[in-house]
Amino acid sequence: MRKKLNAVDSGKLFLSGNEAIARGAWENGVHFASSYPGTPSTEIMEAIGDEYPEIDAQWAPNEKVGMEVVAGASFGGARVLSTMKHVGLNVAADPFFTLSYIGATGGIVIVSADDPGVHSSQNEQDNRLMGRAAKVVILEPSDSQEAKDFTGMAYEISEKFDTPVMLRVTTRICHSKSIVEVGPRVEIPVKGYTKNIAKRVPIPANARKMHSRIEARLRVLEEWAYDSPLNRIEMGDRSIGIITSGISYQYVKDVYPEVSVLKLGMTNPLPWKLIEEFVDQVDDVMFVEEGEPYLEERIRSRLLVDGKGSELMSVEGELNPELVRKGIKDGENLPVTFKEVALPGRPPTLCAGCPHRGAFHVLSKMKASSTGDIGCYTLGLMPPYNALETVVCMGASIGVLAGIEKAVGREKMPKLVAAIGESTFVHSGITGLIDMVYNGSTGTVMIMDNSLTAMTGGQENPTTGKNLRGAPAPMLDLEKLVLACGVKHVRVVDPHDLPEMKRALQEEFDRDELGVIITRRPCIMQYKPKRKTVAVHDLEKCVHCKLCVKLGCPAISWDEEKKIPIINEMLCWPNCNLCVQVCPKDALSKDLEGVI
Amino acid sequence: MSKVKNVIICGTGGQGILMASEVLCSAAWLSGFDVKKSEVHGMAQRGGSVSSHVRFGDRVNSVLVEKGAADLVLSLEKMEGLRWATYLSPEGKMITCDLVIEPMTVNTGSAVYPDVEKIIDDMGIPNLMIPVIDIAKELGNIRVVNIILLGAASRHLPEIPEDNWFKAIEERVPPKALEVNLEAFRRGKAL
Repeated sequence: MRKKLNAVDSGKLFLSGNEAIARGAWENGVHFASSYPGTPSTEIMEAIGDEYPEIDAQWAPNEKVGMEVVAGASFGGARVLSTMKHVGLNVAADPFFTLSYIGATGGIVIVSADDPGVHSSQNEQDNRLMGRAAKVVILEPSDSQEAKDFTGMAYEISEKFDTPVMLRVTTRICHSKSIVEVGPRVEIPVKGYTKNIAKRVPIPANARKMHSRIEARLRVLEEWAYDSPLNRIEMGDRSIGIITSGISYQYVKDVYPEVSVLKLGMTNPLPWKLIEEFVDQVDDVMFVEEGEPYLEERIRSRLLVDGKGSELMSVEGELNPELVRKGIKDGENLPVTFKEVALPGRPPTLCAGCPHRGAFHVLSKMKASSTGDIGCYTLGLMPPYNALETVVCMGASIGVLAGIEKAVGREKMPKLVAAIGESTFVHSGITGLIDMVYNGSTGTVMIMDNSLTAMTGGQENPTTGKNLRGAPAPMLDLEKLVLACGVKHVRVVDPHDLPEMKRALQEEFDRDELGVIITRRPCIMQYKPKRKTVAVHDLEKCVHCKLCVKLGCPAISWDEEKKIPIINEMLCWPNCNLCVQVCPKDALSKDLEGVI
Repeated sequence: MSKVKNVIICGTGGQGILMASEVLCSAAWLSGFDVKKSEVHGMAQRGGSVSSHVRFGDRVNSVLVEKGAADLVLSLEKMEGLRWATYLSPEGKMITCDLVIEPMTVNTGSAVYPDVEKIIDDMGIPNLMIPVIDIAKELGNIRVVNIILLGAASRHLPEIPEDNWFKAIEERVPPKALEVNLEAFRRGKAL
């Protein structure tokens, strides 16, 4: 539980962009929020859950459902919020595009949190392109104050122009903190539901009219944006005029404070009149933007101006002050006194005590492997396990497994299993499993149930028995669900029971039928052990085989001089005895009595 | 306008980097400065390298410290500071805790933990190595390592009065742990 810090009606707070968006939603009377967690967006919903009880907030099974529920709440006249990471919007794209046609009764704000630099994602798509394709309004704040203020303006725009608004943020907005002036909540009544078939049923006859209404809406918004405070010109040295948005603006102001800047807070539709005025006042135009050359391509192709941008910086990765300094004016970077040092990498690892370690250890020992999915267990790809071979998107492990079987036959790859967490399975693995049953696949699906959406920091989901605010909720029964899909062989295994884990996998590998193994053990973030206990190493019995080290547990390191393992007492997890199980000479022991 | 101070705090997931950067930000804010900080969540929490950029001054724009502009690199782990030494300005300084946390690449034998002192000497990086484990053991609390480090850093951040450091620590630690944290800060500052 986060510390409650923000329960004030006025003054200044030091907030992350995500906390500021939550605050903006609260101050502007938002009634309802529904989302699926995803880095870097997750803390928006967590902040709402912890700090703002006036907003009815819930975790959805996936982004599509989250957006559909907020759509309905908007139809009922409530102000609504749905937050997601960039790839989450792909999942929700179907309702998103049509919601643009239908419009907003109660204000709709969709937060797309993009991840340039791929800090914790599978791609670095720029969702301004998605927002434009859906013909919604896009706002891009450049710090926490703007994240809060733009959230408020987004609701005004949404209701005034009858459109969903995309608040497009990036990792450096979401996870950076700055000082924010806050205010009280303004209560806004829920308008209520009014039947309006022509507005909300896009059968072809209606959809055509809706489309023409959207085109008109964009034209009106374009004019409205001309003198909106969302966009501003900061005139300086007129030899260079930089057009920028979002976090990129801050890098420009730091590195070249003297140049002229057009800062666009609204990047769809574009305020063409303002852009033309700016371009006319400066000698050379440049574009500084993170991700795709979105502004550059639109503005250059329409106004036929020369202007440099993406070729000076990069469409790949994050922007930073160094890239901007070098890009603008062909500048020299600051002198570097100390060159970079080659050091051993420090990749993320499964935690000490992680339930997934047992499963991946056994897979690896059996020379088996998996099609992978998105969650902590994606780390099964790392040494020493090397037990995960593909990742596409949320839920894809199952479909990919079925497809590989189609292409090469099960007999060639009997030891390939789909590895998917319980939250990801509920998100979008269920339909893949139904496909396997329906189309006669014979592979093995391993649902790694740690009773938590863990990679994003530990959120509840439909299998955990708790809702977003930690109150009791009905618990989805995975075994019954899998059986109902038509799978004949379902079993639950403790992934830290290594012999049982091995037996279960071997049976599935030997059987030419679809089987599901649910590996069930709670994430270590789920509970506080009653008692601390540490694995004990008996020097007399140790044969220096390093099998314990090969578990890849962060609590076990190897003393090269003495040729013995060292157990880190701070990290060793009380309720885990994997190292004790793999030691062939009983040199490791642990007293598990009364730990839980 | 006074120059913006640039501080990078680094180490590994779970070491208390984010708490240390919160305390620094609070202390700077209490001293009347504009403050921004940036860090990356997600994957990094699983024992990977973690860093936090903190910038404060009359007005701060960028959330990231520019390469070649860092006044201080503070490292909670012995080796991690070296990853960020290239960000130091010509007058910048590094402060390093002598705490070794071997990465998995070293644990599993695919890499060797470097001789950090030798690299620092060879490159001529102005560095203060702090015996944090000894100090923390004397204080009876291993979790105060990050506050010892901040204490050492405070000598290089004279624009923040000591009182504001104490207030910032008080905001962030539970009452029963306050005294040991304040003592940790004093011990760090005395180094």
